Amino acid sequence: MNIQFGNFQFDSFQFESLAEFFAMGGHATYVWGAYGVALVVMVWLVVRPLLRRASILNELRQNLKKRQHSLYEESREQ
Amino acid sequence: MWRWFHRLGSPRWFYQTSGRWLPWLAVLTLALLVIGTLWGLAFAPEDARQGNSFRIIYIHVPVSFLALAGYYVMAVAGAVNLIWRIKLADMVMTAAAPLGAALTFLALFTGAIWGKPTWGTYWVWDARITSMLVLLFLYLGVVVLRNSFSGRDTAGKACAILALVGTVNIPIIYKSVDWWFTLHQPATIKLSGAPSMHPDMFKPLLVMILAYYCFYALVLILNTRTEILQRERRTGWVNDLAVNKLAVTELVSKEQ
Repeated sequence: MNIQFGNFQFDSFQFESLAEFFAMGGHATYVWGAYGVALVVMVWLVVRPLLRRASILNELRQNLKKRQHSLYEESREQ
Repeated sequence: MWRWFHRLGSPRWFYQTSGRWLPWLAVLTLALLVIGTLWGLAFAPEDARQGNSFRIIYIHVPVSFLALAGYYVMAVAGAVNLIWRIKLADMVMTAAAPLGAALTFLALFTGAIWGKPTWGTYWVWDARITSMLVLLFLYLGVVVLRNSFSGRDTAGKACAILALVGTVNIPIIYKSVDWWFTLHQPATIKLSGAPSMHPDMFKPLLVMILAYYCFYALVLILNTRTEILQRERRTGWVNDLAVNKLAVTELVSKEQ
C-alpha cells in the first residue's frame, strides 16, 4: 500500500489497526522496550545539564545576595 | 584568522554564541526525531524475515554511529587541550564523556533486546559487541578519572591521554565484523556502493541518523555550557548572568 503525492511515493501506515500497531506482530516487548529505554535515556541527557545550570546560577545568586547583605550591615555599623 | 581562532577558544564567546543557536537546533532535533521515529515505527515496511523487531534498527544504528563519532570528538578535544592548552577543548572533552557513555549503553542495550528475537539470545561474546563494551568502559574510565583528580589541569591531561590511547579500539570496532565472522552482521551502510537495504527502509534510517547527529550536538553544547558556568563561576560575566536574574526578582518584590 502506497500513497502517491505528485512524483513522490510514500509508504502508508503498515498496520491494520492501532491495536495491531501496539502489538508489533508479537514483538511488542522488544520494540517498545528499546524505544522506551532510548526515550528515558535521551530525556535524562537533556534535563541533566539544564538542572545543573539552574543550580549553579541559583547558588551564585545566593552568594551575591549574602555578600550584598553583609556590605549593607557593615555600612550601618560605621 | 588568528583572532578568529582565539575567539573560538574563549568560553564566554562560545557560551553567548551557542545560546543564540540553541533554540533552533533544539527545534530541528525534535522535528527530525519525531518524523524519523514515526516513519520507522509505523510507515516503513516490515522485514520479511525479522518482522517488526527490525524496527529497533532505527535507534540501534544511529546510536551506535554517534557512540563511535562521539569518541573522535572526545579524543580530538583531548588532543587539542594537550597540544595548545585551550581550556574550552578540555570543557568539550568533559562534556563528551558521559554523553558518549549513555549512547554506547543504548547501542548495547537496544542490540541486546534486538538479539533476543533475532538470534535467540540477549548477549554473546561476539567481536563487535565485546569491542563496543570496551568502548563503554573507556568512556566511563574518562568520567571516573576526571572526578578522581583534584587539580583540573592534571585531570585534563590524564583524561586526554587515556582517550587517545583508547582510540586504538575504534578501528577494531569498525573492522570487527569483517575480521572475525562471528554473530553480528556486517555493515548495512557503506561509503562506497549501495546500502544492502530496501530504499523504503533506508530513507527513515537516514532521517534518524541525521536526527541523532543533531541530538548529539545539542546535548554536547548543553553539557559544555554547564561546564563553562561551573568553571568560570568566579568571573564577572557569569556573575552578571546570575545578577541579571537577581535584579529582576528584586524589582518584582519591591513593587509588591
